[in-house]
Amino acid sequence: MQRIINFILSNRNAFLYAFLLLISLILTFRSHSYHQSKAFNSSKWLTGTVYQTSDNITSYFNLRKENSSLVEENRRLREQIFNLKIENLTVLDSSTTNYEVVAAKITKNSFASPRNYLTIDKGGKHGIEQDMGVITTKGILGIVENTSTNFSTVQSILNTNSNINAKIKNTDYFGSLVWNANDYNTVQLVDIPRLVPVKIGDTIVTGAMSSIFPENIPIGFIKDFNLNDAQSFYNINIHLFNDMANLKNIYVISNKNREEIIELEAKTNNVQ
Amino acid sequence: MFNNSIVLNSTRFILLILAQVLIFNHLNFMGIINPMIYILFVYWYPLRENTAIFLLVSFLLGFSIDLFSDTMAIHSAAILTIAFARPVLMRFCFGANFEFQGFTFKNTTQVQRMTFLGLLIGFHHLIFFSLELLSFSHLLLILKKVLFTGIATFLICLLLSSLFAKETE
Repeated sequence: MQRIINFILSNRNAFLYAFLLLISLILTFRSHSYHQSKAFNSSKWLTGTVYQTSDNITSYFNLRKENSSLVEENRRLREQIFNLKIENLTVLDSSTTNYEVVAAKITKNSFASPRNYLTIDKGGKHGIEQDMGVITTKGILGIVENTSTNFSTVQSILNTNSNINAKIKNTDYFGSLVWNANDYNTVQLVDIPRLVPVKIGDTIVTGAMSSIFPENIPIGFIKDFNLNDAQSFYNINIHLFNDMANLKNIYVISNKNREEIIELEAKTNNVQ
Repeated sequence: MFNNSIVLNSTRFILLILAQVLIFNHLNFMGIINPMIYILFVYWYPLRENTAIFLLVSFLLGFSIDLFSDTMAIHSAAILTIAFARPVLMRFCFGANFEFQGFTFKNTTQVQRMTFLGLLIGFHHLIFFSLELLSFSHLLLILKKVLFTGIATFLICLLLSSLFAKETE
């Protein structure tokens, strides 16, 4: 016994190293497969506040550009409203709306690592919950992963864990949107069957299979494509509409019927 | 003297974290290059201090950066390993005499110090990017990132260490 204790004491630094390394490896591997850690992420008070303070200082430099992109989006939406032939469109009746939108700002953006997370300046206090969709004026951005009172983290589509339902515009051929970590402007659409006519330049939008995003939100256009190893499905490279390196204002979408959809799906699966 | 060292190292600790998460994590030079200058903490840390505290503080430094950049505990694992391996690397670079009382960085040549810094950065980046991608199919991407980010980190660390040369004993 004495010898064991002596051995441990004489090698205590090696043991300390092994212990701390074990902790970090467990934390790393646990979130590699699926989600980021609930306890340790940048939506927490300290990290969120530091990022917000820095953002308050630096965001002034981009105001002009942000303004013009928001005005451009307003113009597009106005045009759509004027061309719709329905009365009283500006009156929103809460019993008929399905989606609610919260506007937020990105305080931390990242796109250089294989698992990118963004931090935004709205949280549980503003009605944001896990698994809400996040979009920009140009297209989709990701899904809310963790929230605290005032901040949230968003799993970017530039994340190897990300998997979003998407389809070719004006058709019903859908596949999964994934990322291979190579280029931050390009994502991959997989599981599109071989018989589908695919053309370079076709637009890719979100599909109807997801309870997170509304249908037909733009994602990007087809850059090139080839068949997978089994020669039965396409691997399609998609150039994103969003410039992922330059993002500021975003919208968080909450689907009011999501709980009902999930409950129903769970019931159906139980019956089978 | 003792208190002075604690104050100096705590200030370094906080400033390096802030510089890393607010400036260098957002450089994204050429799209992927974010230099990791917090390695300077291991390079600057006093030689004859308690090793256990050194390991713990390095782990905490890495973990704080992990919290800010949502990278689980990759930074912690990488910096912890080079902190643990520092005596071995120092013996390799400066010879056996670094264990003697009179040894300071002043007695070493510029080449020796650059080799030491280069080795620290090389090992750190190799561990960091292997853990970050964690797949053999991305081996080329890992080596590419280690090489380019390593060069950027090395250059910026050299600049910073000569800028703050008086602090480094």
